[in-house]
Amino acid sequence: MTLNRRAFVGSAVAATGVLAAPMVMGASHGRAKVVVVGGGAGGATVARYLAKDSNGEIDVTLIEPTRQYYTCFFSNLYLGGFRTIESLGHSYGGLAAQYGINVVHDWAIGVDRDAKTVSTAGGYMLPYDRLILSPGIDFVEGAVAGWDVAAQNKMPHAYKAGSQSELLKAQIEAMPQGGTYAMVAPPNPFRCPPGPYERVSMVAHLLKQINPTAKILIADPKEAFSKQGLFEEGWNTHYAGMIERIGPDFGGANVEVDPEAMTLSIDGDVNNVDVCNVIPAMKAGRIADIAGITEGNWAPVNAADLSSKMDANIHVLGDACAQGDMPKSGFSANSQAKVCANAVRGVLTGSTVFPARFANTCWSLIDTNDGVKVGATYEATDEKIAKVDGFISETGESAQVRQATFEESVGWYDGIAADMFG
Amino acid sequence: MTSWPAITCTVVALVGGATMARAEAGGDPDRGAEMFRQCAGCHQVGSGAKNAIGPQLNGIFDRSAARAEGFAYSDGLVRAATNGLAWDFDSLDAYIENPRALVSQTRMNFRGLPNQQDRDDLLAFLRIYSASPSDIPESAPTAQAVDHEVAPEILAIVGDPTYGEYLSGECTSCHQTSGAANGIPSITNWPAEYFVTAMHAYKDDVRTHPVMQMMAKRLSNEEVAALAAYFEDVE
Ligand SMILES: Cc1cc2nc3c(=O)[nH]c(=O)nc-3n(C[C@H](O)[C@H](O)[C@H](O)COP(=O)(O)OP(=O)(O)OC[C@H]3O[C@@H](n4cnc5c(N)ncnc54)[C@H](O)[C@@H]3O)c2cc1C
Repeated sequence: MTLNRRAFVGSAVAATGVLAAPMVMGASHGRAKVVVVGGGAGGATVARYLAKDSNGEIDVTLIEPTRQYYTCFFSNLYLGGFRTIESLGHSYGGLAAQYGINVVHDWAIGVDRDAKTVSTAGGYMLPYDRLILSPGIDFVEGAVAGWDVAAQNKMPHAYKAGSQSELLKAQIEAMPQGGTYAMVAPPNPFRCPPGPYERVSMVAHLLKQINPTAKILIADPKEAFSKQGLFEEGWNTHYAGMIERIGPDFGGANVEVDPEAMTLSIDGDVNNVDVCNVIPAMKAGRIADIAGITEGNWAPVNAADLSSKMDANIHVLGDACAQGDMPKSGFSANSQAKVCANAVRGVLTGSTVFPARFANTCWSLIDTNDGVKVGATYEATDEKIAKVDGFISETGESAQVRQATFEESVGWYDGIAADMFG
Repeated sequence: MTSWPAITCTVVALVGGATMARAEAGGDPDRGAEMFRQCAGCHQVGSGAKNAIGPQLNGIFDRSAARAEGFAYSDGLVRAATNGLAWDFDSLDAYIENPRALVSQTRMNFRGLPNQQDRDDLLAFLRIYSASPSDIPESAPTAQAVDHEVAPEILAIVGDPTYGEYLSGECTSCHQTSGAANGIPSITNWPAEYFVTAMHAYKDDVRTHPVMQMMAKRLSNEEVAALAAYFEDVE
């Protein structure tokens, strides 16, 4: 392995131009190399902290195909009309200019764990001392009968933000009066546990204004869901009679869709729907599978430093990893990234490694100025990231508290965006 | 830091018996005393009140803005004062309703009180601590600490800013290192004592924000000191 790395010394080539053979990017001037795959909540944060705190001792490369990252967080608020899509977009210019991160807009398509290299769709080969994967999620094939990714234009998931969010919103706005928006909710574990239910709230908020006789139908394979009491209280208060949720006892797990006919069958009952928002079961972003570090749908990691249980030179952050008790959220990914950055920097530069500590808070908006939140702190045990303490908003809180909670979430958005992108 | 007054961490507020003067606007000073709890994290008023995160508020009525001695005001408030802003019922009412609407560059990080009765009550309470009516309370027996007292040995802990920098990762998921604030307060460049006092007020359930209580409770006294040391001098 060492030999392999040495072979790359001094063989840097320009980043442009097309060569038939894989190119090796970035000279190793004796600086430790970290390659980060995925520039989202986990990846952008870990790249920024590594670069910021290592005073140039670590050479950080970030591979991310999109030039503009649209946050999933607050994409439901976009559906509800509380945010513009532009306000959710973030570019990578600051990470490159301010922190000297080598941002490569490309797809990672292969990992050679013996050679310790990552190959990209654009034909590059990037050597690493440590590889950090934060690729987010992909969908489990065949999870919802009748749906595959090719159907995402007819029946959008909008569970990766950007054009999918815009498509879903346009479809909702085009619904006939009194029409039906249907959601196929995902089974556990999935990205953002309150996400589908915040979405229902925001869709209801939009429909109440433009299409007040419309209906919302949810097919849900889960008995219970995050902040359920709070959401149901809010739905009764703000959107009485609009929302119907069919749980597993009534066939909510037994669904089939037909994207051509625009039907959703629940336990054999065929419903004609106008919008069908299919959120299928999820798994780690494909590159984790390609790297061979998954077990089932996710990549198991050690709690103390987010290192893969299958390869000590690879770390996995955010939605893609199986770590224990933390929900798959942007806040969690950001929290894990900082622990991981501290540990990786320690290994590569000898800096002090402080004990891991994690936190998460998820805010959700139910209606104008009606915000709720749930959160917890976590620690690293030998076995997993384990919950220490937590809290949740209460039902029946005053309007003032709910408004303050919403305003706080707006502040959080700015805070985490600054923590990710500088 | 040396320019900051020694901390007492005690906000003195009048309890009971404050009904003697219904203020001009018809506010209820007793209820105003309750409302003031929202302000007490930053402002002191009453006997022995000192400048803290915000200026002390004794004698605020009928004086020019930005005049509490020894307090470093934002440029915005200084400019407003230069342009003639003076505090009376109307201007304070507007300021408390929405601080940034009146003084856009103010550092006062407060959402504002949209409700007129709330503002009337709060101002009636504050009015007690300005000259005429000349009933500024005497002190001790009627006074009560509404924020928090932190043991001197805790305040004396010297924090390690390097450890604080690592720990600050838990804060910066929400609070911005740049000091920008919008819905979530800025926590940068506070005098360490105030930072420590505020965190212990959360630890001890005196301050009630659930996220902050949760975060503070698992920080040891040394960790709180480390964070205070880091944020005091950040950037
Ligand atoms: C509707 C909705 C609402 C949400 N609301 C909240 C919220 O309020 N609060 C909260 O904390 N979380 C929220 N989340 C969850 C949050 O968005 C995710 O948990 C978070 O983005 C996970 O971060 P990540 O780094 O794991 O993945 P992501 O942020 O998805 O980043 C992954 C990145 O990797 C890139 N990538 C993938 N594969 C490759 C490859 N092979 N090569 C190179 N790059 C690759 C992708 O382009 C992407 O940019 C919400 C999610 C949804 C869907």
